[in-house]
Amino acid sequence: MNSTTTIMDAKAIDRAITRITHEILEYNKGPEGLALVGIVTRGDILAQQIALRIAQIETMQVPVGTLDISFYRDDVAAHLAPELHTTSLPFDVNGRTIVLVDDVLFTGRTIRAALDAIMDYGRPAEIKLAVLVDRGHRELPIRADFVGKNVPSEPGEHVRLFLEQVDGRSSVEVWKAMPGERIGSAPVPSSTTKAGTTRTSHIEATKSDTTRTSREETT
Amino acid sequence: MGGLSSRHLLEIEALNSRDIDTIITTAQSFKEVNERVIKKLPTLRGRTVVNLFLEPSTRTRTSFELAAKRLSADAINMSGSALATVKGESLVDTAKTLDAMDCDLVVLRHAYAGSPHILARTMRARVINAGDGKHQHPTQTLLDLFTMRQHFGRIEGLNVGIVGDVAHSRVAGSLLPALAIMGASATVIAPPTLLPARPDVLGAHVCTDLDSILPELDVVYMLRVQQERLGRSPFPSLREYAQLFGINSQRLATLKDEAIIMHPGPVNRGVELSSAAVDTAKNLLLYQVSAGVAVRMALMYLLLGGEEDGFAA
Repeated sequence: MNSTTTIMDAKAIDRAITRITHEILEYNKGPEGLALVGIVTRGDILAQQIALRIAQIETMQVPVGTLDISFYRDDVAAHLAPELHTTSLPFDVNGRTIVLVDDVLFTGRTIRAALDAIMDYGRPAEIKLAVLVDRGHRELPIRADFVGKNVPSEPGEHVRLFLEQVDGRSSVEVWKAMPGERIGSAPVPSSTTKAGTTRTSHIEATKSDTTRTSREETT
Repeated sequence: MGGLSSRHLLEIEALNSRDIDTIITTAQSFKEVNERVIKKLPTLRGRTVVNLFLEPSTRTRTSFELAAKRLSADAINMSGSALATVKGESLVDTAKTLDAMDCDLVVLRHAYAGSPHILARTMRARVINAGDGKHQHPTQTLLDLFTMRQHFGRIEGLNVGIVGDVAHSRVAGSLLPALAIMGASATVIAPPTLLPARPDVLGAHVCTDLDSILPELDVVYMLRVQQERLGRSPFPSLREYAQLFGINSQRLATLKDEAIIMHPGPVNRGVELSSAAVDTAKNLLLYQVSAGVAVRMALMYLLLGGEEDGFAA
């Protein structure tokens, strides 16, 4: 069976969020012009918590937005988001310093999608990235500016953040994935041909003249 | 999982209430996108959508075209005299030609009931029925359900009255089964000449007196008097029809406070709705139109995304 290792508990997560908050304020020299954007479904909660701490430290409320990147994924053809969440950026993006907040930084594809999504709202002065856990294995040239904890991990492992608000407990846990299981937002590791090569056998399909050749069968 | 239980959208009965819920919630996300300054998503980049409209249509075609373009799909419109069908090509041959061009989705509007089924049997591409003869108009129905859900927060238990030409209306043809799927109660209100010979097959309550039922309805769904489809005159005059089955200021006053008036458009002012009634209902009628774009985006996303998720194909 799978053995699960807890690498951060509620206390550790709390401290990491507090430190990230201070780092953001230090970098930005205060809360002016700042906006936080959390990626659903854990990043938005982290963003709220950072905003709460900023309010305590600086007595100023920074705007917080939430982002669902489902429509910006690079693998829409491969799978759909099981559940869509609303995107709401209740502030003018133009000219702001935006701190994008996510739970676990892995391949970087989610962040790539989030950057595109934010750009569709306007032209921020800059976008910084805060993550609670950086687990490595990037597939894109993306790096986090504020990191709660670096967790060296195997590609075949799950590294996941659980939060009191949605999961009933706060922790970061690592466990081995089942074969063929999706890990984070990474594509399913399997031997089946992926989109892009699905149409190569077009000529064969016409040749065999079967009227009902589905795309699945032509691969 | 995301996705629908059907590869195509040919008729509303192919969907279950969970599918319809999925479409509505997905459409809510797209509604937000349509309210942005930049109304464009990269979701269906590289996909090709063909709007095959073999019957005149402006609003539905425009709505599909916008939906495809806002999702970054390449949308091609084929309609009117530009079509090879005018040169005698059969629908099946057109389908094979489009398949050979590797299009991903065909949106079909056709004068004959059942033609989207022929297309779906022949093609590899997904097919959406955008109205087939007097049979169904499922995307209209989905946007109507979306509008009801947004207004009432639910569809189940709503008392919906469908007024007018039920016999010839594809809008009613898909709305009636959809309301049954969603657990709403439907009443058709029309003169007997505009009802099918056996109105009991509709599975709805039948009523010929609008005034008696109006105060009970949550949704008053007015069907367009389709003068182009009415062969021999089913009523003495439009004026008489308007007096008996049109919504005017007096009838507006008898509606429940929270009741809404819906219409698939385009409205014949002074027939189904008096000018005053059109102005009262205007916001919602326009809401239906904008909901249409969001719902069609949701359908394209759900039908073209997640191809490898294992559809019940």
